[in-house]
Amino acid sequence: MTRILWAGAAAAIAASSPAVWAQQKSSAEGIAEYRAMLADGNPAELFEAKGEALWKTRRGPKNATLEACDLGKGPGVVKGAFVELPRYFADTGRVQDLESRLLTCGETLQGISAAETAATPFGRGEQANIEALVAYISAASGGMKFNLPQGNPEERKMFELGKRAFFYRAGSHGFACASCHGEAGKRIRLQDLPDLTKNPGNGIGFAAWPAYRVSSGELWGMQRRLNDCYRQQRFPYPGFGSDVTIALAVYMGVNAKGAESIAPSIKR
Amino acid sequence: MKQAQHPLLFAAVAVIVSIAGCAAPAPAIDYDAATQQMMKASFRDQGIAKVDRLQQDEADAACSKALGAPLPDATRVAIEAANMKTVRMPSDGQFIGDWKVGEQLAQNGRGMTWTDASTATSSNGGNCYNCHQITKAEISYGTIGPSLYQYGKLRGVTDPAAPAAKPIVEYTWGKLWNAKATNACSDMPRFGHNKLLDETQLKNLMALLLDPKSPVNQ
Repeated sequence: MTRILWAGAAAAIAASSPAVWAQQKSSAEGIAEYRAMLADGNPAELFEAKGEALWKTRRGPKNATLEACDLGKGPGVVKGAFVELPRYFADTGRVQDLESRLLTCGETLQGISAAETAATPFGRGEQANIEALVAYISAASGGMKFNLPQGNPEERKMFELGKRAFFYRAGSHGFACASCHGEAGKRIRLQDLPDLTKNPGNGIGFAAWPAYRVSSGELWGMQRRLNDCYRQQRFPYPGFGSDVTIALAVYMGVNAKGAESIAPSIKR
Repeated sequence: MKQAQHPLLFAAVAVIVSIAGCAAPAPAIDYDAATQQMMKASFRDQGIAKVDRLQQDEADAACSKALGAPLPDATRVAIEAANMKTVRMPSDGQFIGDWKVGEQLAQNGRGMTWTDASTATSSNGGNCYNCHQITKAEISYGTIGPSLYQYGKLRGVTDPAAPAAKPIVEYTWGKLWNAKATNACSDMPRFGHNKLLDETQLKNLMALLLDPKSPVNQ
């Protein structure tokens, strides 16, 4: 049996040439197989269940649920809201992404301080609740196509600012978002990099977040994804829900128009 | 008659202008200024990564504003000339260090993030494999930069100390010191200019690329 397996493996190696290409292909294939295995039973489902319970549970100083929260499609409408965010909200006079909108609803409906939640480190206290909520809310738009509204002047302004933030080079290394995500078909080490200046395809780039990170066992929303991008860009620390994070989400989201959301997805 | 008509005409013109003024769209937004304001308001210091990192020099500012498009020739030439002036050749005239240490440095992607403890050059890696193929043995390499496999060999460098190799050796040193000296909007960090790596570290990377004994040139 062992001998047959070895013979098969040898034949497979002999069939692929040159050798370096074969090695690379098998690395990429190995990663793809690993991801497929992980996707079967994505632990993000646990976060979704927690998020749904949080949405419907009376909490905070006002002892209220989030069920009256307007995510852009009217109070309480969850399905389809995620693929149209960030968008302009008249009550706050701001363009908001999912996470900053949840801060608003937490404060107005439940009396949970938005500033305190924004200042809480990722994964702790109310931030852990936000992560579960974004898993639940994004999952309710699973398979739907991104279609961010651009009818309001503030939404168009945020797209323009997001584009400029995307190309903003600075810091010790002179990196911008565009240094890694401005061209198709590039990689860092073996990691494929989506071109975020256009629609990189269904479930890729903007359409793959929020995601469950296997390496850390955490559920990352777009705020945390962008935060870690800026860390690796050697930039200072972007505030949670700050305008630059929302402008970038508008830019990437509008570029991803028509891409199917697979959020919450699974990442290494 | 003519004299009487003029005030009327003026009045009519004034009315038309003021109507047009009301109907005209709001003045165009200065997006570049608004972006600067947004960046300033959105970031804070964290560890070694302070908000002063948001300040751009001429090259970073011009390449950012171009939004991925090529720079006008005059701007590009001026930026390259200004960056060329920053290149400092090694103080002892020696360009080539130890390729084995250089390989470790090329593998090392650490340094200068807000989770790193120090901005000292000794705590920084070269990040080279993140973007470049370098040796044949390392298959986990990025593709943002060109392949550097056989870098010295392909350029005919058989003895980096020989006078014939001098132009390539100095050009390579300049690339590592300040890549914008020869490519205004290069994505490559300016390792010497921005004090990311010191002379000794740069010499070890030079050896990795140019020493005939380095695995890069086999």
